[in-house]
Amino acid sequence: MRREQAGANKIVRKRKLTLSDRLLYAMILVIGILAGQSMGAPIQGTSMETVQETTLSGTVTMAGSTSMETFVNALAEGFMNRYPQVIVTAEFTGSSAGIEAVLAGSVDIGNSSRRLRPEEKAAGAVEHVVALDGIVVVTDADNFVRELTKEQLGEIYQGNIRNWRQVGGTDTAIVVVGREAGSGTRETFEAFLGLEDTCAYANELHSTGAVMARVSSTPGAIGYVSFEVLDDTVSVVAIDGVMPTEEAIREGLYRLSRPYVMVTKGELEKQCETVREFFLYLDAEEGKSLLRRAGGILPDE
Amino acid sequence: MMRKLKDDVLLCLIYLAAFGAEFLLLGILVYVFVKGFPYVDLQFLTTVTSVLQGTVGIAGNMVNTIYIVVLTLVIAVPIGIGSAIYLNEYARPGKMVRLITFTTQTLAGIPSILFGLFGMMFFGITLGLGYSILTGALTLSLMVLPLITRNTQEALLAVPESYKSGALSMGAGKWYMIRTILLPSAMPGIVTGVLLAVGRIMGESAALLFTAGSGYLLPKSAGGWFHKVAESGGTLTIQLYLSMSKAQYDVGFGIAVVLLCILFCMNLIMKFFAKYTTESQR
Amino acid sequence: MRQIDSILYRSSQVSCAQAIEKAAEMIFSLCAFTAVGAVFSITLYMIANGVPAVFQAGVKEILFTTVWQPTATEPSFGILYVILTSIIGTFLAVLLGVPVGILAAVFLAEVAPRRLAAVVRPAVELLAGIPSVIYGVLGMMILNPLMYRLEQRIFADSQTHQFTGGANLLSAVFVLALMILPTVINISEAALLAVPPELKASSLALGASPVQTIFQVTIPAARSGILAAVVLGVGRAVGEAMAISLVSGNSVNLPLPFHSVRFLTTAIVSEMGYAGGLHRQVLFTIGLVLFVFIMIINGILSSILKGEKRG
Repeated sequence: MRREQAGANKIVRKRKLTLSDRLLYAMILVIGILAGQSMGAPIQGTSMETVQETTLSGTVTMAGSTSMETFVNALAEGFMNRYPQVIVTAEFTGSSAGIEAVLAGSVDIGNSSRRLRPEEKAAGAVEHVVALDGIVVVTDADNFVRELTKEQLGEIYQGNIRNWRQVGGTDTAIVVVGREAGSGTRETFEAFLGLEDTCAYANELHSTGAVMARVSSTPGAIGYVSFEVLDDTVSVVAIDGVMPTEEAIREGLYRLSRPYVMVTKGELEKQCETVREFFLYLDAEEGKSLLRRAGGILPDE
Repeated sequence: MMRKLKDDVLLCLIYLAAFGAEFLLLGILVYVFVKGFPYVDLQFLTTVTSVLQGTVGIAGNMVNTIYIVVLTLVIAVPIGIGSAIYLNEYARPGKMVRLITFTTQTLAGIPSILFGLFGMMFFGITLGLGYSILTGALTLSLMVLPLITRNTQEALLAVPESYKSGALSMGAGKWYMIRTILLPSAMPGIVTGVLLAVGRIMGESAALLFTAGSGYLLPKSAGGWFHKVAESGGTLTIQLYLSMSKAQYDVGFGIAVVLLCILFCMNLIMKFFAKYTTESQR
Repeated sequence: MRQIDSILYRSSQVSCAQAIEKAAEMIFSLCAFTAVGAVFSITLYMIANGVPAVFQAGVKEILFTTVWQPTATEPSFGILYVILTSIIGTFLAVLLGVPVGILAAVFLAEVAPRRLAAVVRPAVELLAGIPSVIYGVLGMMILNPLMYRLEQRIFADSQTHQFTGGANLLSAVFVLALMILPTVINISEAALLAVPPELKASSLALGASPVQTIFQVTIPAARSGILAAVVLGVGRAVGEAMAISLVSGNSVNLPLPFHSVRFLTTAIVSEMGYAGGLHRQVLFTIGLVLFVFIMIINGILSSILKGEKRG
């Protein structure tokens, strides 16, 4: 008797189950359609502007500095438009991680926003300086202090000057914002001030953008960021009377600057064709104009 | 009189907490929608960010998200269901079962950042998969495994004993019984577990940042769709995190709105399945 | 009928069926051991990557000193403040989030008008699933500026206080508390709703007021579910990285309310990308410490659950 009932139940359930199956199929279908749609459109979008020139194909993989993100993405995009068969991927994990990755052979190019250390060169890393970057000291947009001396900056970052009043500003506390240990930007900045690892940060943020966000939203904040990310949410501070402009950085008048380096394992000649072609592209006028558009500063020839 | 006063005070506390919590949370939802909704348009949904043209789009991230969700499920769902079947149907209570249950519970409690570290070291470096969608999916499979196992176990437990004994007494083998009776009956519960896993995958960032990376491009050729698995790819949530830390709030909130809409649909589907389970059990 | 036929047909091929049965069991047990293998290898990897640095830099120097200068010429890897921050931050967040969450669940389950609950409940469920990054961003945009005003008022005359712009322990605690709310509310509410109505009815019939019934009958009856909610909330708070990395300021300091602080999780997230050498290994040591924390919490959870089963 009971079993019969169970059997009857089962039959009922079986019918309902097909319903659940159908629903599952419907879901898969919907997901499929969504996937199909999102894949269809952009292909049309990009194919219009690509100029089929050569049949160069392959991949270029990069990893490294977060500061170089805009710049590297612009390059990658331009290169892929030029050579549609090539895939360029870039990870933004940090300069040291990028150099480590290229030495380990897991990427073709390591992006570094600092020069190579001797031990890295000894391990076979070869650096190619592709652009210069100024590190710009910024404050929130309402701050009217437009100039600091190197000494004042040092005192602020050591925590000895704590109020903008002491450097000619309004009576506002200074919020000292910086980057995390290991960052190429922080290394360059602290080396410039001669304050390696003695800065007293109130905020240690782990990307250029986060510093921008924090500084622009906090009254009295001071921070340092890449030249290329500057916008009008923050105001720029001149150091020792020199404003960070493209010329000042290129000519070395603005001293708080560093190279953007692309690192390969071994000399350029030993790289595969796509990577060589990538560097040729960088050196050609097309690559250079891309760099300029992305806010990069080209070193003097 | 005292009692009335005490009641009122407690009731006040409840209302305070409710307003403090629930309306704050509702406020967050509204805030995100107001901030992000104007930013979501066709271009945002169907193109890929172009630095050169200064446009922003998340199509690549959507595709990555689908890849990672599907791949993770392909790996984790069979293992999770298999392990639940073993625990519920085959294993005899003892040390082994205790060990498996304990480790499943432990796995559920490990924070995603640790999964990220492990995935980076093991799948990324030891196995040499690098920053790739596959690395991310393998890492996430471990993370959602307990979710699927436990939900399947619950669903299997809910199947009436009489079904099983009925089939077995008719001479069906155990595997045959599981395949034809047990799994179909538990299907709605299993699907709920799978949907929960999908939700967890979609919202994940810490475990993916160091494993799947942050690529946002679409493959350009047919072969690229296969090769994509070995390339880096950031999900919507990764892109959300990156946009926010780059202070591109518009993009961030736009992605947040898209994510919320997807989650909302999934909750609806889950509700439907949950309702369906309780009804079919009556 | 067809099914019975096929069952009979199957049973005739006994040996073949037996082989399939054996294979099925094997495969299922293999599946089950995946979890064991995963936990085992995660433990192994965490220890293998975290322990070497301990030998190199010294247990005492890492765990019990407070200066974190991983890239200095004479590096120093003290993470005591980081550990303390994680403990204190999590504790405060749970202290704040759990009671509020439980009371809010009571409101939804017992007090709120049905229509209101029907609107609020799905929204809260939705919030349990949204990426924690969003909480962090909102904290950064809304909470931090408010906190900064408070900070400026409190420390207006202080000569020594380092202003953080509102990115401090308190902000992190609030964000964490808010973040665990949906989890706590959802699970507690489910537990409260599962309490048999007869229990409540009899309490009311005995002359207890509705509020008394809630606090003396319903909540105790839903105890184990609420406990599970609390433990899950603690787990989520300890393990959260992305949200608080945006609001806590991220400098290594003694965890006082208005200090900029770094948690175990944010220490890993923020420096993993750039770290090399010993610095990187110490980050794995931090991961190991976090792992040990989680294992302790898991141990407490399973003993609570066991105790509940017995009681």
